[in-house]
Amino acid sequence: MAGKGGVGKTTVTAAMSVAAARAGMSVLIVEVEGKSGLAACFGHPPLAYAEAELRPGVRARTLTPDDALVEYLEDHGLRRISRRLASSGALEVVATAVPGMKDILVLGKVKQLERGGVADLILIDAPAAGHAVSFLLSAQGLLDAVRVGPIRKQAADVVELLTDPARCQVMLVTLPEETPVTELVETAFQIEDRAGLALGPVVVNGCVPSIAGLDTATVTLPDPHTNGTDGDATAATLAAAARFRLDLERRQQEQCDRLAHALPLPQIRLPFLFTADIGPAEIDTLADALAGGIDALDPVAQP
Amino acid sequence: MTDAGAGGGGRAAAGAESASIASILRTRRVVVCCGTGGVGKTTTAAALAIQGARDGRHAVVVTIDPAKRLAQTLGLEQLSNTAHEIDRTLWDVDDTAVAGGRLHALMLDAESTFDDLVRQYAHDEDQASRILGNGFYRNIAGSLSGTQEYMAMEKLYELHATGSFDLIVVDTPPTRHALDFLDAPRRLTRLLDNRIFRLLMTPARAGFRVGTVAAQAFLRTIARVVGTEVIDDVLAFFRAFEGMEEGFRTRANEMLALLGSDESAFVLVTSPRHDAVVEATYFADRLAEGSLAVEALVVNRVHPRYPGARPDVLRARADQLLVVDGEDVGEVASNLDRGAALALAAQYENLADLEELAIREERELRGLEQRIGTVAVAHVPELAHDVHDFDALRAVAHHLV
Repeated sequence: MAGKGGVGKTTVTAAMSVAAARAGMSVLIVEVEGKSGLAACFGHPPLAYAEAELRPGVRARTLTPDDALVEYLEDHGLRRISRRLASSGALEVVATAVPGMKDILVLGKVKQLERGGVADLILIDAPAAGHAVSFLLSAQGLLDAVRVGPIRKQAADVVELLTDPARCQVMLVTLPEETPVTELVETAFQIEDRAGLALGPVVVNGCVPSIAGLDTATVTLPDPHTNGTDGDATAATLAAAARFRLDLERRQQEQCDRLAHALPLPQIRLPFLFTADIGPAEIDTLADALAGGIDALDPVAQP
Repeated sequence: MTDAGAGGGGRAAAGAESASIASILRTRRVVVCCGTGGVGKTTTAAALAIQGARDGRHAVVVTIDPAKRLAQTLGLEQLSNTAHEIDRTLWDVDDTAVAGGRLHALMLDAESTFDDLVRQYAHDEDQASRILGNGFYRNIAGSLSGTQEYMAMEKLYELHATGSFDLIVVDTPPTRHALDFLDAPRRLTRLLDNRIFRLLMTPARAGFRVGTVAAQAFLRTIARVVGTEVIDDVLAFFRAFEGMEEGFRTRANEMLALLGSDESAFVLVTSPRHDAVVEATYFADRLAEGSLAVEALVVNRVHPRYPGARPDVLRARADQLLVVDGEDVGEVASNLDRGAALALAAQYENLADLEELAIREERELRGLEQRIGTVAVAHVPELAHDVHDFDALRAVAHHLV
């Protein structure tokens, strides 16, 4: 799951996990950046390296480069120095010397989880913005930079995983707004052309839902109650609010159309939620919309 | 984390003039816009610089990765390490700005900025070229996390030192953690100070101490994992860099001193969305920990309020108008036909939605505003179009001041 900051990527990841769990799949969500609201979406305290069950069928864990490195070294018989390497700050130096190494350690661990069959579906809440592309390109870059050694083998395995559409796909998340759509299109081409990953449907988050009848309501209507007192509203206020929403819906539709034109991928639209902060109930609502969107996809297009 | 409720006070409490964004633009030489990604930080920085220029100041805006169309407006088709002037006729079409103002812009090229810094602090050309050609150095300058934040501040310091500008507005990268931005210079020096690599560099001086032997073994192990070439590169870098740390450290400290001085003001940019407010709160706390006060809060994309309307009353009205009988929608308001009842109920529902949203946004912002204390606050409404031309930037500036 990838997308620029502020588009609701973590929320969509949570909704995706619920939709998959409802379809009978076991799901593991992997968090690769320290802080996120993922656990809060489920009303759960913050995640740790150890797995936690967020709701039946949905587990989650974090995966930091330091932890992945320690585990990697231990797996390779280098237990004695593993802690020291991580704690001395030497990892920082090595990671700077080999850009993408941190990403490779994390993705290598994901590959290990996938090969170990820990879940039917592993969702990675990918790093935000431009880092998502470098995150996915890291393995290829490392293959070019490091000519020998176990890290190279690791990178080769990761490339194999990432570029196999039967094992891995990228779901891009965006908002129906100009800049996020423009950047999403750029990211999509980079991921497909440069990193060689397959793209799944695009999730357009935050689409203001239509209200039946509102589009006929821009004319001021007579109603004896609309006198603007006791928490009520005047006809003029109602009309102004209606115009605001219709205008917003129209602009969002324009952006969805522009996205469809620039990127021939199916779109799944998720509703903007007016009423509350994101919690378990809201995630359920979004999971419904996501499942509906997936059902509506052309079956031929699905793997 | 410290309680920043009382901590925002540094300068404001010291009796500086009661800040408004307009007065900040008139009196300060440095304005740093910070906040999380996607909240309109770059746009805000550009609008502030334009306003400064229109008020007669010689302003420059340092942008970081602006959206394409905004970059085009500012004449920034590519990275540029020097500020270029924007023709007055573009930002003062109607000739209403104060005379004497000028507007410059640049798009940060972090890598070149770093190279310039190395050239400046190297003892001679040979040292500079050994560093600039080193693979490990290129990674630090090109992709080390925190480098962009560090170089944004370095560029700010450099522009300030030239004395050519009396208002420097700096955008900051959309990194998740304020930590990256405040700690960037320290992060680099920590990297340079890394104990193990220092030990490795100075075996002759350190003699055959246990530490060195252990470090050598340690190094061999790392080399087994990533290859010896990589390690050779790192060691060559540390050797080449020797003697330059002090210059870097001194400059970094001067930079932090400038940011903490009365010449500088921090503007926190956010949107009223929950996640953005959480990030903004974190920024405010981190700035307070560094004794840097937030002096203005800019909230972009605020939804309109409709005074007097109450969502529960509005929804009840909608329910009165419509009786849902299975799939069938009928009307109870006898003087309205079915279509009119449906339309009116839709209007009530819509207003209730929008008002609930506005109330939620107000609640989010109230907590943030209380936390950062008395600062200038500007709300910019949700605009009909993305902001990327001078007219739109001026409209934003109008809301800011």
